[in-house]
Amino acid sequence: MLSGFLRGLGSYFLFLGAVLRRPESWREYFKSFIREVDLLGMSSIPLVVFISLFMGAVLTIQTAINLDDPFIPDMYIGIAVREGILLEFAPTIVSLILAGKVGSNISSSLGTMRVTEQMDALQVMGINPASYLVLPKIGASLLFFPILVIFSIFMGLLGGYLAGDWLHLVNPDNFLMGYFDEFRPYYVVYSLTKTVVFAFIISSVSAWYGYHVKGGAVEVGKASTKAVVTMSFSIILFNYILTDVMLQ
Amino acid sequence: MIEVRGIKKAFGDQEVLKGIDMDLKPGQCNLIIGSSGSGKTVMLKSIVGLIQPDEGQVLLDGRDWTAMKEHDRKVLRQEMGMVFQASALFTSLSVEDNVRFPLDFFSTMSASEKNERVAFCLDRVRIPQSALTKNPAELSGGMQKRVAIARAIVLNPKYLFCDEPNSGLDPETSVVIDQLIQEITHDFGMTTVVNTHDMNSVLEIGDHVVLMRHGYKVWEGAGPDILHSTDQEVVDYVFRSALFKKVRAALK
Repeated sequence: MLSGFLRGLGSYFLFLGAVLRRPESWREYFKSFIREVDLLGMSSIPLVVFISLFMGAVLTIQTAINLDDPFIPDMYIGIAVREGILLEFAPTIVSLILAGKVGSNISSSLGTMRVTEQMDALQVMGINPASYLVLPKIGASLLFFPILVIFSIFMGLLGGYLAGDWLHLVNPDNFLMGYFDEFRPYYVVYSLTKTVVFAFIISSVSAWYGYHVKGGAVEVGKASTKAVVTMSFSIILFNYILTDVMLQ
Repeated sequence: MIEVRGIKKAFGDQEVLKGIDMDLKPGQCNLIIGSSGSGKTVMLKSIVGLIQPDEGQVLLDGRDWTAMKEHDRKVLRQEMGMVFQASALFTSLSVEDNVRFPLDFFSTMSASEKNERVAFCLDRVRIPQSALTKNPAELSGGMQKRVAIARAIVLNPKYLFCDEPNSGLDPETSVVIDQLIQEITHDFGMTTVVNTHDMNSVLEIGDHVVLMRHGYKVWEGAGPDILHSTDQEVVDYVFRSALFKKVRAALK
């Protein structure tokens, strides 16, 4: 089992080496990058908005119920919701959701290209398939995932505020004050650093699984499932490591 | 001329190519034939560089392709076009964009020159205008093969490789694809290598034929001459493959 893991890890780093080769045509890679931003990033906005609004709302309801004490001002509920969304929910939960949506998309699309010989076609043309197909996906993820997470933070805060106001759980003005009180900009840096690491994990791990598919449609599906499981494990593990390193 | 010298390839304990020599003639349709498992696909992939052989050389007009550095290989690849068994058209691109794709990467042509070249190639393989904006998945198998041929020839390559171009096609469409490959080979003076198990193709377009069996070359010569071979292995293969009327008629 250990030797299998080490072989996989070695293959992953060799794959990254192939991905990071010099492009044959910068212009074509850039065109592909723009397509990937649209495919992987823009198309994820509705999902991120929906999840974040309700995530913020649920967080406000749970916090308000648990801190239902006349001695605890509503401002502290606002602070708790803000920190929860900023530090954990937006970067980690959204990344886990994107691992399912974007990661499985990358893995299955590359796997399908492998089994239908489209990658061989690129290679015969003199184009490095690893680089041409994967580098724009990694680039688009690194650029757009932080944008999605920033979007998610704002939507989460909005959802939290609206839920607190509509359900009369908090005084809206006091609650809103909590959003701004003792705000630490470093937490944004921490949150976005995590997102960038998760974006790299999602795009590169799923691409590795898709790129190395052998067989047919069934194997493409299996690779996609394995990719999502591995990405989820990796995200949780790196979430702990980065939190330990950056917040201690 | 493509010269293959002592090519060997094994996957684990399984020896697939056992030291093969062959000369593939310039400006001709060269066919590599053999039943499933004979090693012809591994042979073709070794020739185009998709598989690195364990031993031996592939010389493209005297240039040792197997020993080349990656950068030189990339340059030489622009002299190659390949039609894959499953067409391997890019499903994210339209028919027109599939054919334009190699030009966008490697050509210094202007946009209008590219358009002209794409239109010429698609016209050459008789793809109607109405199909240009379609997704490859919307086309029939025969049309997909023709688009794949157009993409393979768009850079005007010296070498054209076709891996089982008739696979999955009805006999009538197979003949159309064979004729197209033959016309293109002779019109553009390409060195074409076709991998097939279709005896009809051998008689239709086989200027030069290599028969493989169990990783060895069994026979090499001009297409129709295979019917006159007295080698028992060749005779067995030809009789097993004699499914088409034309082959049976020729044997009488």
